[in-house]
Amino acid sequence: MTKLARELLFPLIAVLAAFIVGGILILLVGDNPFDAYRLLLGAALSWPDGIGYTLFHATPLIFTGLAVLVGFRCGLFNIGAEGQLYIAAFATAWVGIVLANRSAWILVPLCFAAAILTGAFWAAIPGVLKARFGSHEVINTIMLNFIAVALVSYFTQYHYKAPGDPIMQTVPIGAGAHIPRFGRFIPSFPERIPLNVAFLLALLCCLLVYLFLWRTKWGYEIRATGSNPAAAEYGGISIRKQIVLAMAVSGGLAGMVAINEVMGYRYRYYDGFSDNYGFTGIAVALLGRNHPVGVILAALLFAVLQHGGIYVDGFSEHVTKDIVQVLQGIIILFVAAESFFKWLVGRARPLPRLRA
Amino acid sequence: MRDIFTFSLIASTIRLATPLVLAALGGLFSERSGVINIALEGKMLAGAFTAAAVTYAADQKLHLGNASPWVGLLGGLLAGLFIAVIYAVSCIKFKADQVVSGAAINILMLGIPGFLSGAFFLSSGSTPQLPKDHLLPQSPVIIAFAVLVMVALTWYVLYQTPFGLRLRAVGEKPEAADAAGVSVSGMRYSGVLIAGILAGIGGAYLSIGQSSLFTRNMTAGRGFIALAALIFGKWRPVQTLLACLLFGFTEAVSIQMQGAVKLPSGEDIPVQFIQMVPYVLTIVVLAGFIGSSRPPRALGVPYQKEK
Amino acid sequence: MLELREITKRFGDVLANDHVNILVKPGTIHAIVGENGAGKSTAMRIAYGFYSADSGEIIVDGQVRDIKSPHDAIALGIGMVHQHFMLVETMTVAENIVLGAEPGSAAALDLKSAAAQIRQLSEEFKLAVNPHEPVEHLSVGQQQRVELLKALYRHARLLILDEPTAVLTPLEVEEFFGILRRMREQGKTVIIITHKLSEVLAISDEVTVMRDGKVVGRVQTKDTNAAELARMMVGREVLLRVEKPDPQIGETALEVRNLSVLTSTGAKRVNDVSFAVRAGEIVGIAGVEGNGQTELIEALAGLLDPAYLTGEIRANGRSLNALGARVRRELGIAHIPEDRHRRGLLLEFSLAENSILGVHYRPPIAAYAGDVFLDDNAIRRRATEIIEGFDVRPRNAALAARALSGGNQQKLIIGREYHVNPKVLLVSQPTRGVDIGAIEFIHRQLVGLRDQGCAILLVSAELEEVTSLSDRLLIIHEGKIAGEVDPKVATLEEIGLLMTRGH
Repeated sequence: MTKLARELLFPLIAVLAAFIVGGILILLVGDNPFDAYRLLLGAALSWPDGIGYTLFHATPLIFTGLAVLVGFRCGLFNIGAEGQLYIAAFATAWVGIVLANRSAWILVPLCFAAAILTGAFWAAIPGVLKARFGSHEVINTIMLNFIAVALVSYFTQYHYKAPGDPIMQTVPIGAGAHIPRFGRFIPSFPERIPLNVAFLLALLCCLLVYLFLWRTKWGYEIRATGSNPAAAEYGGISIRKQIVLAMAVSGGLAGMVAINEVMGYRYRYYDGFSDNYGFTGIAVALLGRNHPVGVILAALLFAVLQHGGIYVDGFSEHVTKDIVQVLQGIIILFVAAESFFKWLVGRARPLPRLRA
Repeated sequence: MRDIFTFSLIASTIRLATPLVLAALGGLFSERSGVINIALEGKMLAGAFTAAAVTYAADQKLHLGNASPWVGLLGGLLAGLFIAVIYAVSCIKFKADQVVSGAAINILMLGIPGFLSGAFFLSSGSTPQLPKDHLLPQSPVIIAFAVLVMVALTWYVLYQTPFGLRLRAVGEKPEAADAAGVSVSGMRYSGVLIAGILAGIGGAYLSIGQSSLFTRNMTAGRGFIALAALIFGKWRPVQTLLACLLFGFTEAVSIQMQGAVKLPSGEDIPVQFIQMVPYVLTIVVLAGFIGSSRPPRALGVPYQKEK
Repeated sequence: MLELREITKRFGDVLANDHVNILVKPGTIHAIVGENGAGKSTAMRIAYGFYSADSGEIIVDGQVRDIKSPHDAIALGIGMVHQHFMLVETMTVAENIVLGAEPGSAAALDLKSAAAQIRQLSEEFKLAVNPHEPVEHLSVGQQQRVELLKALYRHARLLILDEPTAVLTPLEVEEFFGILRRMREQGKTVIIITHKLSEVLAISDEVTVMRDGKVVGRVQTKDTNAAELARMMVGREVLLRVEKPDPQIGETALEVRNLSVLTSTGAKRVNDVSFAVRAGEIVGIAGVEGNGQTELIEALAGLLDPAYLTGEIRANGRSLNALGARVRRELGIAHIPEDRHRRGLLLEFSLAENSILGVHYRPPIAAYAGDVFLDDNAIRRRATEIIEGFDVRPRNAALAARALSGGNQQKLIIGREYHVNPKVLLVSQPTRGVDIGAIEFIHRQLVGLRDQGCAILLVSAELEEVTSLSDRLLIIHEGKIAGEVDPKVATLEEIGLLMTRGH
């Protein structure tokens, strides 16, 4: 069996197992799993709405998946993608609001910068805390998630909401900050579907992350730190710098979700817009074996589930869209229990060693 | 500022802190044995949902009347236990990464209660409302007493029994315990299962003690706050209790005291800033700014008998 | 008392125990000898229940027993003291000793009676300890006593000791032998696992020799000698001396002045050390492990926090104190680390990626687009040169470093460090866990490098290695340089004395 086939086999088993368990659950509540799954997949793959929405949902997952991937490769667990994308989204909207009258030539690059730099900054905080004080990034990122959400909610509610607007959202951003949707270029594709160029940006980022991690010296240093910090140090690499760098890059990637959401979809900051993109990013990275190509595939899978799930919810008697979370959770559990499956399949190659 | 310490605020603090204390004590057993417990949130959710659902069923289907909440409590306990078994098997037997497994459980628990409530109650995630007299005791005095008993018990078991000694050894240096004939996985299973039981009870209290039904994602991060309290409390029972009280207090203040505490300029402190307090405090403590925070040494590392 | 019959154990690809037969008579001190990796520890861990054998039987007191865990072994009266102590540092002596066999009931831990029992055992076997002291405050020798008490507390009749003297000074070793003799008098049976032949001859009654996972001999101690045992351990005549030409000595390349390394508690691991190494010579540092060698080398390599260092380090006239590991490498200081798995290799990475560790950030390796992108061809070229020049097997640069044997891994590291043409080479335990053929190769390479003008500082716990390779020999004891001797004429007694007493 070739190495590639072996790498694909394991996630496939996890997904299959999840669908089987999910199917049993659906049976237990009185519905037909085949019907449910057919609905789910059919909804996700129809043209143009299914494919359009699926790719649109996949975009933030690719970004957060890449974010978690970069962290993992340095031995870091970035659970803070959720907070990073929220604060980046608000910052992006803020730039778009404050400079609303400027042209796209000024606004688009500035908003991009806001998204990336704010995310990077928010992630650099736990990075510095770990590098300087040794405090564990898992807890810190979780805490910062909550702090980010609270901060952003405050700013929205008290300063940037349209007066009298019952919805928790900011005023709209300037037109110069809008990025085009696919409908603009593809004739038969309606513009109401929010799929926009951020998706292409996400794919580009996959390539960039690959090049960064495997073809540059910076990526080598990050991976070495993740693989064996003592040896990396011996080789002249500064562990502290790598931790902060990896977290910053990770946060920057997570922040790019804002581009898709704020500049390509709602054109404002909408409180609570993230459908667990940060946490799902963890699942995407793991299922994708911490490799950019895997991330694309896993993101697509989860996007299919996400979009299809909404459909199933509306049309099925007993099955709600929670089935999506159930499937996701089971997939991650199976991915996490990799060693068991290794034993089943008879081959041993563990996940990158995660720093405890 | 005098108004701060009214009875209602204290009562509120106790009520809000209780699920935190229970979950945090559970987390303490688990983490002291070396297993990180990110899944407290999920266990609480499981407990909350099951308690509400079972109480409803006990009342409506079995007509147990006032005994229903106790049956519900048992149900919540068992639900927490069940989830803990999945988590334990994943982490201990299959040596899966503990944080990943915990995250998986949390994601699962976002979905399963909604899924089941959609199936049984045809609702979008909540259980039916329960009548007031079918809830757990409401008096803050009773609850405070129960909580103090739990803390005292935890302290005693941890420091004055052989079980506690072995548990702590397994969390600090599992090889030493193994060489002494103590079953490392056995102790870790115990720790995680106890965590599941306590977190399940904590969740149950949330749905059938503090309120009267289960709503989607009811715990809203309390499992993580409990974890934060555990870290803040340096993995020790009494200090963890104090941390939970502090966090419960900030939550009570943020609910009740809107408008009572003002900035020097006369404006209200926005509720979001009060909500942030527990999280900021935890980061500060974890960075070592308030005393040294040293977790059990073997925390988070699956035990392998290699070489 | 204890017999292992046809014990076989496999770890992945490695056959650690191959139909091993060991017979230990009651009331004796039995030594099991062999080189690193011979399988001695594995066999004993199977007897103690830490591992389970793939096949074979364990017979205790004439009956076949199924030992599935340490619990079973302890119940049968078998106790084991491991090479790396199994003590919970934050707990007290008493807590460590009674862990798993606590007095009192399940509801109440009775530490008072535990302390009393410990004092009793202490008296009986002359193992003085304070039951209420936290283990982290104890010296190594004291910790070992705690480990022995742990076994005795559980009424062990058979004690298995794994490399018990590895961390003891020669004086402590004598005390330790006294303890063993007392135990034998009390009717206990003792098995010691060791590779130190002199100790085997001094204390044991019988010896079992293992090599490559098999038992190759069993003799009465009084009937054998060091040479015979060595031959059995290694399989052929052991060459104890390395042929080397006279050194061509040049300028001072490395200078250390009043260097001290402190721990966070203020203890001095390295205590006011001064010496110099000139180009073209090998300066050896001999000493029992744990006397500051590790800290000394790491300080010189720039791997320690400068806040904990005092004194001066100079290389080729430049002060190194404020410089980090990377800059030191650029100044021509290379380092072959003591622990190749921890410091020397990225085990999950390929040989090619390991071969560029340390030079990965500059040309010719990082060569494109402003020296950011890695040049694959350059990497492959370097890897090939190292693999072929240093006989690293298998010759596949794409293999993960983890797949190589210890000797090949070490050769890769040495090749990598050589490749930067260092002016100063810091070497620590270069042949630990390495097979004989590779050892000779490595020794030849070191001498060769010396002859090219490199200044080499060699730290080794193997006295034969360090005396035969060094041109000058320093002895380190408790962080201080106890003395310097001429390795060509100094006797092992002389060296041993300096290692022990420090003067």
